[in-house]
Amino acid sequence: MRRVVITGAGTINALGHNVPDTLEAMREGRCGISDLDIRDVERLQIRIAGQVHDWDAEAQFNRQQIALYDRFTQFTLLAAKEAITQSGLEFGGQLAAEAGVVLGTAGGGVNTWDENYRAVYEDGKNRVHPFVVPKLMNNAAASHVSIEWNLKGPAFTVATACASSNHAMGLAFQMIRAGGARVMVTGGSESMLCFGGVKAWEGLRVMSRDACRPFSLNRNGMVQGEGAGVFVFEDYEHARARGADILAEVVGFAMTSDAADIVMPSKQGAERAISGAMRDAGLAPTDVGYINAHGTGTAANDKTECAAVADAFGAHADRLMISSTKSMHGHLIGGTGAVELLACIMALREGVIAPTIGYEEPDPECALDVVPNTAREAKVGAVLSNAFAFGGLNAVLALKRA
Amino acid sequence: MSVKDEVYRIVAEQAVIDVADVSDDKTLEALGIDSLGLVESIFAIEEAFDITVPFNANEPTSSDFDISSVGAIVRAVESLVAEQKAAR
Repeated sequence: MRRVVITGAGTINALGHNVPDTLEAMREGRCGISDLDIRDVERLQIRIAGQVHDWDAEAQFNRQQIALYDRFTQFTLLAAKEAITQSGLEFGGQLAAEAGVVLGTAGGGVNTWDENYRAVYEDGKNRVHPFVVPKLMNNAAASHVSIEWNLKGPAFTVATACASSNHAMGLAFQMIRAGGARVMVTGGSESMLCFGGVKAWEGLRVMSRDACRPFSLNRNGMVQGEGAGVFVFEDYEHARARGADILAEVVGFAMTSDAADIVMPSKQGAERAISGAMRDAGLAPTDVGYINAHGTGTAANDKTECAAVADAFGAHADRLMISSTKSMHGHLIGGTGAVELLACIMALREGVIAPTIGYEEPDPECALDVVPNTAREAKVGAVLSNAFAFGGLNAVLALKRA
Repeated sequence: MSVKDEVYRIVAEQAVIDVADVSDDKTLEALGIDSLGLVESIFAIEEAFDITVPFNANEPTSSDFDISSVGAIVRAVESLVAEQKAAR
């Protein structure tokens, strides 16, 4: 079994258009959630989001590219460029054949669906642009990353709602560990902040109208975000041989299914994924210093997640730190685990634990150290990242300091 | 159809029971309607009466819309219909 390390990271999200800006915002506990600025927002009841502002696609891509790149693909390509540039890898010859890309997204090109449904239904047009299908397909982002960077090995997309990018990164880890690839570009992206995308979530009645306050007694729901997180996962021996800067080691992954309810989370399913990731990593509960929580800010998730952590860790649950950065960047749905992995890397590499902001009142059902409101300095050797999706699909990653 | 008859019909359909088994004093829970069924019932009420119901599933009891019993829901719908029709 090969060891797997992370040698590059990239992102764009409501906190920043790159990794340094995002980490600075997390250290400062800055909130990226703002008034939603989209067409027909006045017909929505939910009018806040972790939206990416000041995004200028024309500055990054030419006209032909934009005709093919939905916003979720644009975000992915920007984040992939940052990650791959940091890794210093160039993909040619045998390495290209042994390098791939696996990304998560829940909705794919939601903006493209939305705009073209408008054109044919609302505006009564009988013609759409020839590239609507290749633009909206869920694998568009993964394919464009492979094309742009000459990745000729395994390439595919995983769609497991809010666990998509954790599932994608877990598969990338397993593939390199088992020898099926040497390098995998992995993570995820989402961009469903358009009228149809927000309206669908609004219908579920779980969205907050004012803020995302995970674990706080007065929390009143989730807030959508958008963006991408992309990483370079690499065979440790390969990375060491070329003297790469190693950001962290990926040491374990587990996925479970609740097999119970399409939206209500299960404590047992979450606990099995958390314990499974530690077992896969060979970590004892006492080794884990920090968990990046799924922490959506809904009533159901946060209490179920805390109960699952308490079950998985026993007495150590009261000594570890657990925070939800969704309070700052919102819930990126299929891209969320990827942006949240940045907080895990920051914890391991810089010894800074990102806070759960917006925390106002303790909830006896969430009685863990949620690192309220202010980042904390702490040396941690191993961390977990939780993702629990609608459909009862759970995916947990374990990382160690390089 | 009165507001009461329509709410009873929606609740009965959601609970998959006979309308005759619905009464003002019953809670949705007692009728077997779970949190998802509640969200669907509220959607059906909004559609039937063309009103907007202020309801957040994260804090079902703290909203102005009283869901403590079928009778409470009927009264809440009646006042929303009156309010929102007047505002138009």
